[in-house]
This record gives sequence, C-alpha cells and structure tokens, in this order.
Amino acid sequence: MSEEQKMIKVLIMGEAYDVPEGSTIIMAMEYAGFQMKRGVGCREGFCGACATVYREKGDYKLKGGLACQTVVKEGMILAQIPFVPAEKPVYDIKELTPDIDTIKVLFPTVFRCVACNTCTKACPQEIKVMDYVQALKRGDIARAADLSFDCIRCGLCALRCPAEIVQYNAATLAQRLYGRYLNKKSPELEERIIEIENGKYEKDLDELVEMPREELSKRYYSREIKLK
Amino acid sequence: MYPDYMMKSIELVEKTRPKRLELAKKLGKQVFPAMSESERQAVLDNFHPDYKKDARRKIRVGVNKGELLTTEVADLLESYSRIDPAIFDFNNPDHETDVLVIGAGSAGMAAAITAGINGSNVLLATKLRLGDSNSMMAQGGIQAADQKDDSPILHYLDVMGGGHFDNKPDLVKALVNDGPVAIKWLEELGVMFDKNQDGSMLVIAGGGTSRKRMHSTRDYTGAGICRVLRDEVYNMPDKIKYLEFTSIIELILDDKGQAVGAIGYHLETKQYMVIKASSVIIATGGFGRLHVRGFETTNHYGATADGLVIAYRAGANLLFMDSVQYHPTGAVFPEQILGFLCTEKIRSMGAQPVNHDGELFVYPLEPRDIEAAAFIRECTERKKGVKTPTGKVGIWLDSPLIDLINGEGAIQKNLPAMLRQFKRFDIDIVKYPMLVYPTLHYQNGGVEVDDKGETKIPGLYVAGEAIGGIHGRNRLMGNSQLDLIVFGRRSGFWASERAKKGVQFGKMNMQYVYDFENEVAKLDIPRKKIAPIVLPDYIPDHVKFKQKTTEYFGTLI
Repeated sequence: MSEEQKMIKVLIMGEAYDVPEGSTIIMAMEYAGFQMKRGVGCREGFCGACATVYREKGDYKLKGGLACQTVVKEGMILAQIPFVPAEKPVYDIKELTPDIDTIKVLFPTVFRCVACNTCTKACPQEIKVMDYVQALKRGDIARAADLSFDCIRCGLCALRCPAEIVQYNAATLAQRLYGRYLNKKSPELEERIIEIENGKYEKDLDELVEMPREELSKRYYSREIKLK
Repeated sequence: MYPDYMMKSIELVEKTRPKRLELAKKLGKQVFPAMSESERQAVLDNFHPDYKKDARRKIRVGVNKGELLTTEVADLLESYSRIDPAIFDFNNPDHETDVLVIGAGSAGMAAAITAGINGSNVLLATKLRLGDSNSMMAQGGIQAADQKDDSPILHYLDVMGGGHFDNKPDLVKALVNDGPVAIKWLEELGVMFDKNQDGSMLVIAGGGTSRKRMHSTRDYTGAGICRVLRDEVYNMPDKIKYLEFTSIIELILDDKGQAVGAIGYHLETKQYMVIKASSVIIATGGFGRLHVRGFETTNHYGATADGLVIAYRAGANLLFMDSVQYHPTGAVFPEQILGFLCTEKIRSMGAQPVNHDGELFVYPLEPRDIEAAAFIRECTERKKGVKTPTGKVGIWLDSPLIDLINGEGAIQKNLPAMLRQFKRFDIDIVKYPMLVYPTLHYQNGGVEVDDKGETKIPGLYVAGEAIGGIHGRNRLMGNSQLDLIVFGRRSGFWASERAKKGVQFGKMNMQYVYDFENEVAKLDIPRKKIAPIVLPDYIPDHVKFKQKTTEYFGTLI
C-alpha cells in the first residue's frame, strides 16, 4: 500500500480503525495491528478458515463471506469466526453403502431440513447447499457429491441453519461415497498397477537411475512428445 | 473490471485470437516452438530470479556451511532457538507416541493414516488446523503414469528433464513407480477423480510432460485429496491423536543422535510441551511466506519453512536450497488477488500466454522455470508487458480460448475455482484474459532423505515439500501432489516399522541447540533473531513501532 493510499474507516469487532481502501478484510485487520492465528488460512479462497460475518453501513442484513475474498467498505462492522462447533460421525468408508440408509444412520439431521434455503444464501462459494441436502434426503449420493463439490468447509451454512444440520460434513461423506463406490473404475489403472507389482519397469528404471547425465539428457530431448 | 487503457491491449489480444485458435486446432499444444537445451539455459541465466546477483549467499553455520543457499533461507537458518532446552523436564513428557507427525497437509495426513493402519499410535501436530496447507490449495492436478501410451519410464524422463537432471534418481524412481498405486489408494479413500464416461481417467498435459498424465478433481485437486485425508484422520481416533494450533519449534535428539521427540508450543495458550516419540516425520511444507526477493506468493499463510529450520539445526542436511520455483502465472490484477495462483491447467486446456500486442512469444507448456523466465524476459528486456494501475506488470493469459477449443462451458466445468475467483472481482475469464506474472510458488529443495523418507538422523523422516531432491531444481506440475502421497505413505510406513521394531532410547539431549547457537553467536547475529518464525508478519511498520517490536525478527505469537 503506498503512502497516498486513500483510507476508510471500518469497525473491527466494534472498534474503529482507518485502513487502506481496497483491502480485503484480512489485510485490513493486519493493517490495524492484529497478528492473525484463527480466522486466516490460505488467503486465496480454498481453505475455509476465514469465514466472516459483517454488516454494511445502512444495511440491516447480516452478511457472510470469506475474509480473504471480501473487500472492506466504509463503515463496515467486521468480526472473524474463530471456529465452527460441529459433530462429525466416525465411520469406516470401506463398510458403507452409497445409499440413503448410510445417510439415515450417519446424518439423520439432514432429514430435519425445512427447505428454507438459508444455507444456500449463506454460502460464499455459491453452492446450492439446500439442493444437495435435498439430494441426500433422497439418497441421491451422486447428485449431492456433484453439487457440493466446490465446498471449502467454511461452516457458514451450518451456523445459519435453523435445522442445525452440519451440511459440509454430510457433503464430505457423499463425496467419499461417490469417489469410492459410484465413480466408474479405470481398467488402465488396474492393469498398470499389476505391471508394476510384477516388476515390469524395474530393470529399465534401474538402468535410468544409473545412467550418466549426458546420456539421460540425450534420451530426454529425443523422447517423443504425444499430447494430441 | 479492467480499466479502459488495459481494454485497449485486450482488443489487440482479441484481434490475434482467431489466428491463434486456428493454430491450436491444427497443432494442439505446439502453437509455438519449444526451446532447445541451449535456449533454455540462456533464458534461465538472464531472466530467472534465482540467477540474479544476491539471490544466493553462503550459509555460515550448520551442516551445509559454505554452500550457496537462497539468501532469505540462509538468513532464516542463521538464527537462535525460541527456547532454552535446559528448562524442560525430559523425564516427564507431556505426550508419548510411536510416531510424531509434524504438519497436517496431505503429506502429513497420508503419513499419519499409513502409520495408523500399520498399527502405530500417531500424534499429529499442526500449527494451524488440520488440512491448513499448500496441499489444500493445489488446483491443477496429480501426475501418474497409468495411461496405455505412457509408462513410469517416460514419467521418470520427464521428472529428470524438468529438474535439469539434478534430481536424486532413487527418489524419482520411487515417485514414478508408486504413482499409479497412489492414485488407487486415494480413489479407495473416496477421492473423486475426473473420469471419462467409460471410467477411464480424464487426463491432460502439464508443462514439461511428454504424455497426458495429469489427473484432477476439477480445479480443486489439492482440496479434493486433502479434505478426504482429513476426514479419514477424523475417522481414526483410536490411532491418530491430533494437536491443532501447536507449532513444533525444536526436535529432541538423544545421546545416540536419534530423533526421539520434539518441543511443541501452543499458539493460543502459549504453553510448551515435551513430546516423546520413536520416530518423527517432518511434513511442514514450504517457504512461500518468506517472500523471497520480494515476490508475492501462492502459498498458505503457514508456509514459513519451520520444518527446515528445526531439521537443519538438529543436523539434517539440505539439498537444492539454492533454487526457488516461481509459478509462471500468478495474478497481478486486481490488486486484492496479487500473487494468487492461476493454475497451470488453464494453459493445459489451451489458454495461451500473449504479450501486450496479443502476440504468442513462448511455447505455453515449458517447464515452470523456463516459462517463468520467458515471461520475465517479455516484460523486462522486450518491454511487451501490460502495466497495471499500481505499476505492476504482467502478460495476458488468454483464457477465452479454452471454451473456443473445448466447447462452450469448458471453463465452468473444469475451472470453477478460477472462474469464481475472478468473478468476485468482476472479471469474467470466459470473455476476457487474465493478467499474470511469475509468483513464488514452491520450495524445490529441502531436507535430504532416502527412498524410505528417512534423513541422515536416525528416526527423523520427511515427507512432502520439505524434502529436497525429488524435483531437482525445478518441479513439474502435478508431481508435488504425487510426492505428498508417495512419500507421505513411505515415511509413514517406515517410521511406523521403526517404532514397531522398538527403539533403544538413549538419554534425551539437546546440546545441539547450544552448539548451533554458539556458531550463530560467533557471527555477531543479535539474540532477537529467532526461528522458526511460525507465522509471517504483515503488521505495518507504524503499528510495529507502537507495539515496540520493530527490532524483533520472527513473529510475535
């Protein structure tokens, strides 16, 4: 931030600070002097550590977002969420079936959904959270896994849910069930693993491991590139 | 949205686009000739940041004494401990475990799961939360040679060539030969790999690959893997205990020179703890938050090379810590996402890098160091970059080509994270190109290990980005995600085996800390210079002045 940077006033947990215009919420808090531990993570929108709630000046709405992706505005009232309390059932993925019975046992709370859509509105990733919860209620694992795929587990849905569902943990289960049981298997992968286990490449690899640099370089630059 | 003057340059890009599209349709990826060996060397020598004066300096303490290291790394290593070991009671450890894993990214969690399945009790310590890591942020993919026209042999050649043949061959062999089984392991845990209709893997090319072998889970590949591993860690409470917000700030050795534990520090309650373990695995990731040469970084907030510091101080040697990976395509506009990763998958799917005038100037999929150096050349010597309103410079990554080549909706389907990232700042990458410049991305070097992941200190293992040697001086896309799993599993297994065999513990001994500090003191380095720094410090100077911490090196936590 340069010296001539325009400053704006924000309220961090109620206290007023001048911060550079254009800052994200994280940058603003650091500028104010906070050494962040919780409420900060990858800073690029992938980890879900920085769920935040805020109000904008003159707006009654309580808004949510990711502090690393939300730019501050004059008069904004900010608070970081340090942690989202949530239960996660323990399970052995090898012993489950990808169907409604598993959901009933492990996430009975999803059946409490009243379809109010608050979760979808709260999601900073614009995921159709309510729709995947509905899919889970139908036992449609594939749809739930697909719709929830971009979830980064910031927890905002679970915090706003009047039915007290922990949507994102149910989403993880759906994704894992899909990945393990419903995604079609690749025959090539199996074949290659058998080849490797039978030591098919062992001799050639050992030869390369021992190969002098110049010879290896020659092999490398003359290798055929097939990317079509 | 882009300001008007930048839109003028975009018009030039749009003007050349139809011709470039035609080229792509005819030639696939080969829209520009790839560089020869001598051309590669020339562009690296003249433009890669590692080759600049002052980029490296001799380290004056420790095992690698006298070797050239990245200057910021040497600065970090020549430092004092956070603690005086004498104040700890080693006879009454706060935790005892078979395997201590430090760091909870994909490598650490893969190691913990593997050790747990192998029957060991695991303590997993991380200074932030489980999964908070660079692993979680990876977008593009994970390599593995499982296609019919591919083989571990070709994968081996690509890895070695990408690393300029400096790589440790035994580690590369382990990497490529374990690749397919690592993919299977992940799939059985429930990772949702992108597939074709018949179930075969959807694979694409990456920079420096001779075959399409990049597997992905949309453009959330790191998250697609890391969140599954985290869920599995939660599912093994009987075998894996975890400590969050617990930074490991020093290793404990015994008088036989074995690694037998570590000192932890809780960031919130500020309590120290003594951990006793039969084996220790360092999986602390990389160093992006050191902002080498002032570069922006794609890395997680916690990427401060803590594991490197503690391993080096304890006597483990480093390899290739003179080389830094700058990812060619970090965002330079808008300002809020400066340095953010624009995944290589964007180029894999057909986007071309073009200059201010809309001209192609490099083969889009050179190995990363070559591609990055070519971007820097275009912006400096050739002055064909695009200036941002704050004076940064970048080149265009012509993303609209992706839908034109692969059909409408290809970006939406394959690059949802990227699309969302730019949309948050009113830029539609389906219609407009992205402005990019190299950004600090990856720690090529690290601690030397053997193919079991063990260092020269008995009982000390390393997994993931903290290892040096797998990628030589330049890593290819998708090989990091692979090494996290391959060496996470290897180190986890062998650390567990060591514990099972039974370790003959000597007396716990941290004399090495004093010995190292004495060396540092001889250099007249002030006592306030301590490491690991644990977290980066972004507090502005005028605030630090009032906090009375301007003199303090490291981060007050």
